[in-house]
Amino acid sequence: MARPAPARAGGPARAEAAGRPERGAPMLEARDLTKRFGKREALRGVSVSAHRGELVAVMGPNGAGKTTLLSILAGIQRADSGTVSRSSREVGWVPQQPALYGKLTVAENLRLFARLEGAPDVEGTVERMLAQTGLEDRARERVVRLSGGNRQRVNVAIGLVGSPPVLLLDEPGAALDPRQRERLWEFVEALAEEEGTTVLYSTHDVGEAEHHAHQVVVLADGERIFSGSPAELEGAVGDPGGDFEAAFVAFLRERGH
Amino acid sequence: MRWLLLKDLRILGRSPLLVALLVIYPVLVSALIGFALSRGPEKPRVALLNQVAYGTGQIDLGGRSLDTRRIGDDFLRSVDAVTVGSREEARRLVEDGSVLGAIIIPAEVTQRLQSGLQPAVIEVLYNAEDPVKARYLEDLVKSQVQDANAQLTRAFSDVALQYLDLVIRGGRISILGRDANILGLERSEQILRAAQADLPERSPLRAQLEEVIRFADGARNNLTLADEALTSVGSPIRVRTEVVEGGGTPLGSFAVAVAVTVTLMFVTLLLAAGILAIEREENAFLRLVRGLVSRTGLLVEKVGLSAACSLLVALLMLLGLALFVDLELSRAGLWTLALGAGALAFAAMGVAIGAVAREVRAASLLAFMLSLPIAFLALVPSGAVSSGLYTFIRVVSALFPFQPALDAVEAAIGGSEGLGLALAHLAVLTLGFGVLGRLALRRFA
Ligand SMILES: Nc1ncnc2c1ncn2[C@@H]1O[C@H](COP(=O)(O)OP(=O)(O)OP(=O)(O)O)[C@@H](O)[C@H]1O
Ligand SMILES: [Mg+2]
Repeated sequence: MARPAPARAGGPARAEAAGRPERGAPMLEARDLTKRFGKREALRGVSVSAHRGELVAVMGPNGAGKTTLLSILAGIQRADSGTVSRSSREVGWVPQQPALYGKLTVAENLRLFARLEGAPDVEGTVERMLAQTGLEDRARERVVRLSGGNRQRVNVAIGLVGSPPVLLLDEPGAALDPRQRERLWEFVEALAEEEGTTVLYSTHDVGEAEHHAHQVVVLADGERIFSGSPAELEGAVGDPGGDFEAAFVAFLRERGH
Repeated sequence: MRWLLLKDLRILGRSPLLVALLVIYPVLVSALIGFALSRGPEKPRVALLNQVAYGTGQIDLGGRSLDTRRIGDDFLRSVDAVTVGSREEARRLVEDGSVLGAIIIPAEVTQRLQSGLQPAVIEVLYNAEDPVKARYLEDLVKSQVQDANAQLTRAFSDVALQYLDLVIRGGRISILGRDANILGLERSEQILRAAQADLPERSPLRAQLEEVIRFADGARNNLTLADEALTSVGSPIRVRTEVVEGGGTPLGSFAVAVAVTVTLMFVTLLLAAGILAIEREENAFLRLVRGLVSRTGLLVEKVGLSAACSLLVALLMLLGLALFVDLELSRAGLWTLALGAGALAFAAMGVAIGAVAREVRAASLLAFMLSLPIAFLALVPSGAVSSGLYTFIRVVSALFPFQPALDAVEAAIGGSEGLGLALAHLAVLTLGFGVLGRLALRRFA
């Protein structure tokens, strides 16, 4: 891996130690987003900003509003109020459920979306995505026959065919075994590091946020209750060396969630 | 949009079961219809009680004899006749449904026909459980009675003609076994003229005889005309009620139109609903409408693709039917127009279903559940239900594409009127369902 792996609290290779990317204006900025579904407030004045090459983890319990936030950033849903700095065309989106045509092959799926995105060099893009996701030998296989992990890789690749400066991933690792998940993060971190892509992802996994993020945003009941580096989160959760996950749950409970 | 079309075609191409169904279904339907056509309907089973005994059925009309027992012979050829011995047996067979009806020819038929004073009555007992067959039997009896009437009329008028001839020309006739000589108008006139010539010039009888001669002359001339009139009465217009039996009977264009429209409906609805729902099922919908394709564009693509595919299938089916049925191939342009308009309307309805159902299976189920009653309602004949209900049914039918599509296809195939109106109706429904589908897509994700 090109960049030092973010490590647990106190480790020498913390994300901010490796230089949290905060150069110039943010690549993506959302302010005061609110979203209601009937009486339920899914988002209450949530703001997020992310810089070039930054990895942002959006955490929170079920129903916290993570998917809603990413959907608004992706332009799939419209916020009731608030602003998003980028148009949806400049944002790559990878939904939680793989959005692929099972009857088409890996290459055909990539080719279709590359064409729809208006990629200047369709075949070149397909080749590049196959190479980036390590799926060259699966190119001619139909998606239905792929394992969940490979399907998720194609899913991510399709989010990238338009070479977007910002990539949104909704629980990208949820369906993967630890080995596959590790490969996914290698790929995503390389993307941020080498291409300067800004990546926002949602996760339930505290460890994932800790290891693979420069910034963590915690949502609960539609509100942003924390935003900062993993180290700052540890500080806020206040758990010296014990079980971080348990401490995080306690942290939420203290705030009434 | 082009890429989406290609993608959908490729997916269809890789769904062999679906494509097989879409191709086999219409082929099967056409083959079934063709088979049904070449076989003709079954003969109905009918009980026959002929109380006219053998040898007593002869009626004698002016020396010509006619056997009433033979009158029913043609009839026996058109049905599967079960000869019964008594009225009770006939009634029982009808009641327990083992025959569709019974025909009773009473013994006094011969006598009544012979006297010519009272009409002979034939009794028919029905079992109307199967209205189609009951109707068939009714038509059959009517046409046979007409035939018999015509035969008898001819026999009666032949006799009348013989008598007329006798009155005009004179001759011998046997009455009650004794020969008699009839003078005839022609001979009478000759005799009168001879008598007139013999009378003295001044005799007042001359003028009187002249009047009688003129009467005889006029009567003879007019009776010669009556002769012709009677001949035509003897062969009145024969109504031939067609009994469908054996091959080569053309199926009404209506039946072809129904078969093709039903196929068009199923294929289009299932295809349109399915290929839209698949976008949702594969989660690809949200990816597409994030600026890659507009929702309206997506709808147009699905409507166009499914309409084009089903149009092709329906046209092939019509061509298949043309092997069995007499269809005017020169009207193929109109077929395409009517089927195309119908396909578009069904496709619009299909995407509306697909947009509401969101899953391929639910969409297919909904498409089936909706199409059956719609087709059924459109086929309810007037008079089968009360007029208020019928009006209601017409209104409901007009809200869905089946009725106008059927009208259009029927007009295109059979040349009946109303193609323009039906096409306009279909265009309105296409728009209406398109808008419905578009509204449903707002909540599709
Ligand atoms: N389309 C919708 N209609 C109505 N309510 C919705 C809709 N989408 C989300 N919600 C509600 O909004 C709230 C936030 O949902 P959201 O999916 O954003 O949560 P989440 O953080 O992604 O949860 P999870 O971890 O379970 O994925 C929930 O209470 C959910 O029930
Ligand atoms: Mg979610």
